[in-house]
Amino acid sequence: MATQKQSVSQKRFDEWLPKLVVAPSFILSLIFIYGFIIWNGYLSFSASRMLPNYEWVGIVQYQSLWDNDRWWVALKNLGIFGGLFIGVGTVLGLFLAILLDQKIRAEGALRSIYLYPMALSFIVTGTAWKWILNPSFGLEHLMQSWGFTNFTFDWLVNSDKAIYTVVIAGVWQSSGFVMALFLAGLRGIDDSIIKAAQVDGASLPRIYWRIIIPSLRPVFFSTIMILAHLAIKSFDLVMALTNRGPGYSTDMPASFMYTMAFERGQLGVGAASSTMMLAMLAAIVVPYLYSELRGYKKNG
Amino acid sequence: MAKSTRFIVYTVLLIAALFYLLPMYVMLTTSIKSMDEIRNGSLLAFPAAISFEAWGKAWSSACTGIECSGLKPFFWNSVKIVVPAVILSTMLGAVNGYVLTKWKFKGSDIIFSMMLFGVFMPLQVVLLPMSQTLGWMGLTESVWGLVTVHVLMGIASTTLFFRNYYVSIPDELVKAATLDGAGFFRIFWRILLPLSTPIIMVTFIWQFTNIWNDFLFGVVFSGSDSKPITVGLNNLVNTSTGVKEYNVDMAAAIIAGLPTMIIYIVAGKYFVRGLTAGAVKG
Repeated sequence: MATQKQSVSQKRFDEWLPKLVVAPSFILSLIFIYGFIIWNGYLSFSASRMLPNYEWVGIVQYQSLWDNDRWWVALKNLGIFGGLFIGVGTVLGLFLAILLDQKIRAEGALRSIYLYPMALSFIVTGTAWKWILNPSFGLEHLMQSWGFTNFTFDWLVNSDKAIYTVVIAGVWQSSGFVMALFLAGLRGIDDSIIKAAQVDGASLPRIYWRIIIPSLRPVFFSTIMILAHLAIKSFDLVMALTNRGPGYSTDMPASFMYTMAFERGQLGVGAASSTMMLAMLAAIVVPYLYSELRGYKKNG
Repeated sequence: MAKSTRFIVYTVLLIAALFYLLPMYVMLTTSIKSMDEIRNGSLLAFPAAISFEAWGKAWSSACTGIECSGLKPFFWNSVKIVVPAVILSTMLGAVNGYVLTKWKFKGSDIIFSMMLFGVFMPLQVVLLPMSQTLGWMGLTESVWGLVTVHVLMGIASTTLFFRNYYVSIPDELVKAATLDGAGFFRIFWRILLPLSTPIIMVTFIWQFTNIWNDFLFGVVFSGSDSKPITVGLNNLVNTSTGVKEYNVDMAAAIIAGLPTMIIYIVAGKYFVRGLTAGAVKG
């Protein structure tokens, strides 16, 4: 009798054990994801300035956010940076992947060279490019010393052009990674399709354009999703390369949020801007996650 | 393919390689030049005389604001943050992934899907609540605050990695072990973990590079004695007192990037797998 009772409670314990083991990290991560989203959302409707203040004031913080010229600059920069970063990054990555896929002799070495920037932090990358793009010693100086005396390249210190230097460094950093994604996609394509097309007399560029690239649609989808997500979050690169300047001409939503919340003592506006970032991210990520999860179900 | 086309393909690939190598070359050569040579020479010129003085300065005596003790203290802070944060988040991810695949319970799939969003969420959303919470916990000025933040924010991705890996391990292995009377932990320890080396490597590298390269949490949550290397480098480069020493800046940048570069070189295969796994599956 006693042993039976013990085995029942033992069994119940065994059933609960897995749940008990994961409960802390599940609960903590749900609190730190959704609890904090709600908390931050509440702050964005509060009267918070230098310090958090939980008095509800409605959309006042959002009004001052959208009235803020600097926020508009940040959005415009996100548009320019995001568009070029995604566009150039994807095209360059795909192009390199296609070239590397032509049974290239030193493929491994080239792949490693294209990909290594991804191991470095944006702060390191930004520091290096800041030096290269520096007008007095960098590229401009180099070209002039080579005899192109009229050559100017002062984008880094030109408030209309500085955002494009962020694009250069950003593309340098992540296009190798895009290349790796596309290369993996290309290797997954069945060779016999290509052989059949070749037998039909189609040229190689035509095969790529008509058959191979269209079949890489899922890779395009993931790549653009990831690059867009990086663009919205990009903070480190701006801080290291241009420090939001000249003036605030290279500010982006992430650096705007930091400025407001931690330098200007405008917690409420900072919270409102991060809520806007969340909305942008959710708009691209939720459909993506939905389709991925449907994929999981299908594959068991 | 025609010989001429092949030639063009190789040329383009080599030009691309030069573009990717350029910053590394410039960083390395600048870091071993003297300031005179930097001022008078060209960006691409190989140094006339090699000197490691700038490296020594970047490591132990360059100014990062008012302090002039180089990157050394920041480097060690990063080590103190990275080691516990990576170990803890990897362990939690392993156990979570194990439960989510082999001990599924009602609602576990929903919780997992909800956690997935944490991989993508803009971290700006957690900054304000987190700084309050760390303040209450008394962790704002110590490296433990950053360890806590990185572990909490890392659980979603480490769980995802292990979950995706354990899905491919046959459930029959676990069932057979249960029939033999093996318990929850015994199965994990004896069956799952010995098979997990590849995914532990991937998770380890992913977490290590992310945490080592983090700047946002470092700049927001660290006190004067707990700033990580990225913050140290940024302060060093942006310090405006005295003559700007580009060779020291470049040496500092290389020092800050060295640990992740070493991992990339030593465990490149796992590095790529981590990147693409983290990308394609979330």
